[in-house]
Amino acid sequence: MKQPARSHPLWFAFVLHRVSGLALALFLPAHFWLLSQAISAPARLDGFLAFAENPLVKIAEFGLVFLLAVHMFGGLRLMALEFLPWSDRQKTLAAGAVGAALFLSGTFFLRAI
Amino acid sequence: MTRSSEMLHVTVQRGTAQDPRKQRFDVPARENQTVLDVVSWIQQEVDPTLSYRFACRVGMCGSCAMMVNGVPRWTCRTHVSRVAESGQLDIAPLRNLPVIKDLATDMDPFFDKWVAAEGRHHPTRGRLEEFDPIKPDDPNRVEANLGIECINCGICYAACDTVAGNPDYLGPAALQRAWTLLNDSRDADRSGILAAVSGKGGCHNCHSMGSCAQYCPNGLNPMRAIAGLKRETVKAALRWKRDA
Repeated sequence: MKQPARSHPLWFAFVLHRVSGLALALFLPAHFWLLSQAISAPARLDGFLAFAENPLVKIAEFGLVFLLAVHMFGGLRLMALEFLPWSDRQKTLAAGAVGAALFLSGTFFLRAI
Repeated sequence: MTRSSEMLHVTVQRGTAQDPRKQRFDVPARENQTVLDVVSWIQQEVDPTLSYRFACRVGMCGSCAMMVNGVPRWTCRTHVSRVAESGQLDIAPLRNLPVIKDLATDMDPFFDKWVAAEGRHHPTRGRLEEFDPIKPDDPNRVEANLGIECINCGICYAACDTVAGNPDYLGPAALQRAWTLLNDSRDADRSGILAAVSGKGGCHNCHSMGSCAQYCPNGLNPMRAIAGLKRETVKAALRWKRDA
């Protein structure tokens, strides 16, 4: 099995940032569309909110909150990397971003169920 | 540790970029053996037409870099025992560069980008004038020190996925060279360097994946240098807006 040249923490942090950004970009139009239903079709919105009480949807929301948080903390790390004096602790910071995102989304999930 | 009676199963990429193919060789395993020893053994004992490049054999010249089991490495400083996976070695020319033949790549695009990044000294004074003293503990000198041990082996360039995706990208080595010059008070063309590294293919293409720093055999960190260039180009742009 050939070891890929990219299996190291900062490359995974890059992929996670890209994938979470892409997923959020796909999510946002659907999110705004649903919010617009509050004005144009309240009954449909209520129907969806009832559906969102389903535990499976809560798990999906946990994933969504994780993606949002990991994109935010990862983005803060990248902005610090590019605009603040250099820090050699990039791998620690990237791991910290994932940890903080898991904490935030985990807290959300525990409150939601 | 492999015993002397054992054989290494080595796959070598042969041919040109238009017609690459894999060729298998069985090479006697030794107690102490570098990947360059393996390539040289093939060329001397089996196939004298195998093309590859090396010079110093001690990690000073930077000419023997190749992909070893998918990872860019100095073959002269890579012990087979540390990288062979169940006696298997896969050796290929450096990634992201045109192949001339077999394991020899054309390094021209790599060095052209050093020139494009203004990676040359722009003198402030003539040879008859006194030179500018630079204190060893000067912060700029300390920052430049971190990048000047680059020997242009091209490993960071081969490791970089941004180079793979964008042929115009100057790459980690050239940008790090520009950063060392930007920190040199004897360099006269600060704005020229900043213009060269902030255009198309410049430092802002870097996605901070860090493969350059991960694989640099000299332990340098081009990602840090590129982050410095990003900072300085943004500062220069803001100054330019303020002065406009």
